Amino acid sequence: MSIKEEVEVLRNIPLFAKLEPAKLKLLAFTSERVTYENGQPLFQQGDPGDAAYIVMEGAADILINTPKGPVKVATLGKHQIIGEIAILCDVPRTATVTANQHTVTLKINKETFFRLVTEFPQMSVEIMRELARRLDKTNEQLRQAVTKAGS
Amino acid sequence: METNLHRYVWTHSRRETTFLILLTLVSLPIYYVTLDIPKNIFNQGILGKGVTFPKEVFGIPFEQVGYLFWLCFLFLLSVLINGGIKQYINTYKGRLGERLLRRLRYELVSRIMRFPLPHFRKVSSGELIPMITAEVEPLGGYMGDAFAQPLIQAGTLATIATFLFIQNWIMGIAAIIFFPLQGWIIPKMQRKVNQLGKERVRAMRKVSERIGEAVAGAQEIHAHGTATYERADFSDRLGKVFGIRFQIYIRKGQVKFLNNFLNQMAPLMFYSLGGYLVIQGDLTAGALAAALTAHKDMSAPWKELLDYYQQTADSKIKYEQVTEQFKPENMFEEALQAPISEPPKPLQGDVVANNLVVAEDGAVRLLDGVNLAIKAGEKVAVVGKVGGGKEALARALARLYLPSGGKLTFGGVDAMVLPEPTLGARVGYVAQDSYLFSASVRDNILYGLRQRLVNPREREAALEVERQRVLAESRRSGNLDLDSEADWVDLAVAGVDGPVELSARLVEVLRAVDLEEDVFQLGLRGAINPKQHPAIAARILEARKTLLQRLGEASGDATLRNLIEPFHPERYNTNATLAENLLFGTPIQPAFEVDKLAVNQAVLRVLGQVGLTEMLVKAGRGIAAEMVEIFADLPPDHEFFTQFSFISSDDLPEFQAILARAAREGTPMLPEDRAKLMTLPFKIIQTRHRLDVLTDELKAKVLEARKALHGSDDPAVKAGVEFFDPDSYNAAATIQDNILFGKLAYGQAKASQRVGKLIEAIVNETNLRPTIVEVGLEFQVGIAGARLAAPQRTKVAIARCLIKRPDLLIVNEATAILDAQGQARTLEGVLKEGEGRTLVWVLHNPALAERFDRVLVVGEGRVLESGAASELQKSGTLFAELTATAA
Repeated sequence: MSIKEEVEVLRNIPLFAKLEPAKLKLLAFTSERVTYENGQPLFQQGDPGDAAYIVMEGAADILINTPKGPVKVATLGKHQIIGEIAILCDVPRTATVTANQHTVTLKINKETFFRLVTEFPQMSVEIMRELARRLDKTNEQLRQAVTKAGS
Repeated sequence: METNLHRYVWTHSRRETTFLILLTLVSLPIYYVTLDIPKNIFNQGILGKGVTFPKEVFGIPFEQVGYLFWLCFLFLLSVLINGGIKQYINTYKGRLGERLLRRLRYELVSRIMRFPLPHFRKVSSGELIPMITAEVEPLGGYMGDAFAQPLIQAGTLATIATFLFIQNWIMGIAAIIFFPLQGWIIPKMQRKVNQLGKERVRAMRKVSERIGEAVAGAQEIHAHGTATYERADFSDRLGKVFGIRFQIYIRKGQVKFLNNFLNQMAPLMFYSLGGYLVIQGDLTAGALAAALTAHKDMSAPWKELLDYYQQTADSKIKYEQVTEQFKPENMFEEALQAPISEPPKPLQGDVVANNLVVAEDGAVRLLDGVNLAIKAGEKVAVVGKVGGGKEALARALARLYLPSGGKLTFGGVDAMVLPEPTLGARVGYVAQDSYLFSASVRDNILYGLRQRLVNPREREAALEVERQRVLAESRRSGNLDLDSEADWVDLAVAGVDGPVELSARLVEVLRAVDLEEDVFQLGLRGAINPKQHPAIAARILEARKTLLQRLGEASGDATLRNLIEPFHPERYNTNATLAENLLFGTPIQPAFEVDKLAVNQAVLRVLGQVGLTEMLVKAGRGIAAEMVEIFADLPPDHEFFTQFSFISSDDLPEFQAILARAAREGTPMLPEDRAKLMTLPFKIIQTRHRLDVLTDELKAKVLEARKALHGSDDPAVKAGVEFFDPDSYNAAATIQDNILFGKLAYGQAKASQRVGKLIEAIVNETNLRPTIVEVGLEFQVGIAGARLAAPQRTKVAIARCLIKRPDLLIVNEATAILDAQGQARTLEGVLKEGEGRTLVWVLHNPALAERFDRVLVVGEGRVLESGAASELQKSGTLFAELTATAA
């Protein structure tokens, strides 16, 4: 897959949709393509957060360690972004992420990501939107859990 | 050391000096003849006075012309004999001077090795080095001259003066009348110059000391931004040196002027007085001519004599100034460092200190009456506050600090009578600041075994004769006459029988200090010469095959198979740069480094031959266009330029212009534009950069060019590159690259760790590991071990002690630099290795004290508490306090 194709993929991701093509190309060019096979971890819960990943192909499971062992909380697939929380908030990885099939990612390292966010305000807005959406989803899950526990 | 220079010279050259004096006395009459003959040539040969021709010489009658030639022949003969003797005397003096200089330097260096260790806090190498190298250099010439020169020159002068007096006493007086004046006034003026010379030496010494500091403190200068201050300081000091030197220059000029003036006064006397006498008929013209010649000859020895006088003052001062720096108090006795020829005997028995006192400069007491007895085989931990004397105790037990009072005994033997080589072989001492020499890891460890010359080196007869000559010369200068190239590694000290066992022992020691893995990694990155080690090269090639096979077998496991893209002569490697693909080999000469290929004429010729040039220009144009699109908007100082771009921000506008020119239709591109564009594709790696410029056609052409390059008979290419060959070992590449024979794939998660593991597994299976560790042991550690990490340096220093299986091992906080895990691992390794031996370990971390038989708490220069860690670990003890504060 060449840079041109990667730019096409990035353009379909809401987070980057409003960026101009030259910037998308810059993002693709300065990022590394990393391939994972089924079962290979992208990172472990507790690792320092050094990069965010965009899934170009395949999918990855998000696992959280609990006293009863790892629990799968979500599966992220094509065109979704993984691992941005740890680099945004500068906290250790909050979950373990493992490829559940042959998965190709675009690894954006922390510095590049921050640079893009600070230089292109449209990106920050998109990130806020994405985070708000996830918060909403988490709240929804919490509500359901509480209701379930109550009944 | 002798305080007086002349006495020093006399003591060490009695015979030579006497011979020189005798030789000089013999030479003077011959010199007289060379003065006398010209007069006869003039008077008898030319003017024919006082001779009747034919004159008979040895029964042969000579007419006037014949007689003139006979006299001239005699003159030639006497000149030759005189010159020959002079030449011989000069060579003899020169050699004598050089030998004395060598002796002096050797003594000074030997003395440095006998300095008490605390003295090194007061002197810097910046002071000592110039003293031994530059400052004593002029002494060499002077010492050869010390006794002979005044005699030779004064004798010559006296001979000439005698000759003049014999000719005519008035002439004699005229020649020497100014000597007393010169002899009085010139030295007077010279004295001031000498004083300034001393000041210059002192000022320059300070400058060298400060240069030494600027080098050692380079990091601090950068960190604190004090370069300006330092430069101001240097400017100041150099200004002082300048001032002194200029003063010397002026005064020397004055001396020279006065001296020349007085020298010219004598001829004036000759012309006036001598001329008068000739006119009056009291003197022959021949005698005047001879007197003039003779007087001319006087100026040289006179000047030499004055120079000698000046040099004497200068050299005496220099000698005193230098030697007084080499006489610190409490030096190690010379006898302690005497060479030994037998393997040192073990130190059996207890280590006992009785009222041991160590004082610095006779005042500050580092140890103040230590009493302790350590049983043979006991493991003792020493703890205490910083500055309380625990470090001093460690040094004193190794006899690195000489006791100023009390007694230290090893098994009842007074430590002060044990020769240093014996102690060095039987006692191990390692501290945080242990130094690594600029040599291989192996040599640094075996350094612990170099106390004596073990076996002479076998040489061919001719070389052996030469070596013996060199050693004999060493003896003449009072230097040690032991062959440093002989075998100095004492296997007996290491407790092994031969080189094979020594290698095994080295590995054991490396394991004990937790360094084997590090050395293995160094070995993987090292190289071997396949011509010298064909068997090893063959086994590495086996490992290469095994790796390839393993990758093939793992076809089901895509993660493994995709990790490496092997080099294949017929294929384009997508994980390598275009340059690497083109070269397909390891550059031996800088011109073939991958970033130089685009300007390498030999390579460019090949590119032209296969028709690749045009395609590279086109690809370059594509890359330039992409770079301009991606990076044009970024500010010029953006770090992405250096990190990612093929074109620097400075060059970007130029490439924009080139692209604009190229876009114009109908006009061919300028040659310089094409050359610029062509440089771009060389660094492209297909899988990493993912730019669409590497077409299949281009890649095929690169392979064609590769073939052409390999088939080239251009000597530059042949000498510049070692080409890859799947079936042969590449001498220019590392062992790891030889096993890998390919490129790590981009974009494979954790590729390098996984490949590292794979290689290690294969190396272990094929039993290559010990060989690679051997290669790692040959790694050059650099100056002071700078090419190793600090923990590795410490471990090498500990290994250096362990290799000699010391009867007493003293570890002075050496592991403080390691992390907690490393400290514990090394401690366990050393404890295991040191079973049955006495161990004293000054602990940085009192928590580790539990691993020892006994703990000594040292403070105020004394042993304050002693007992097992479990006993001491109760409230109220100093030990409990120390562990509490450490935790």
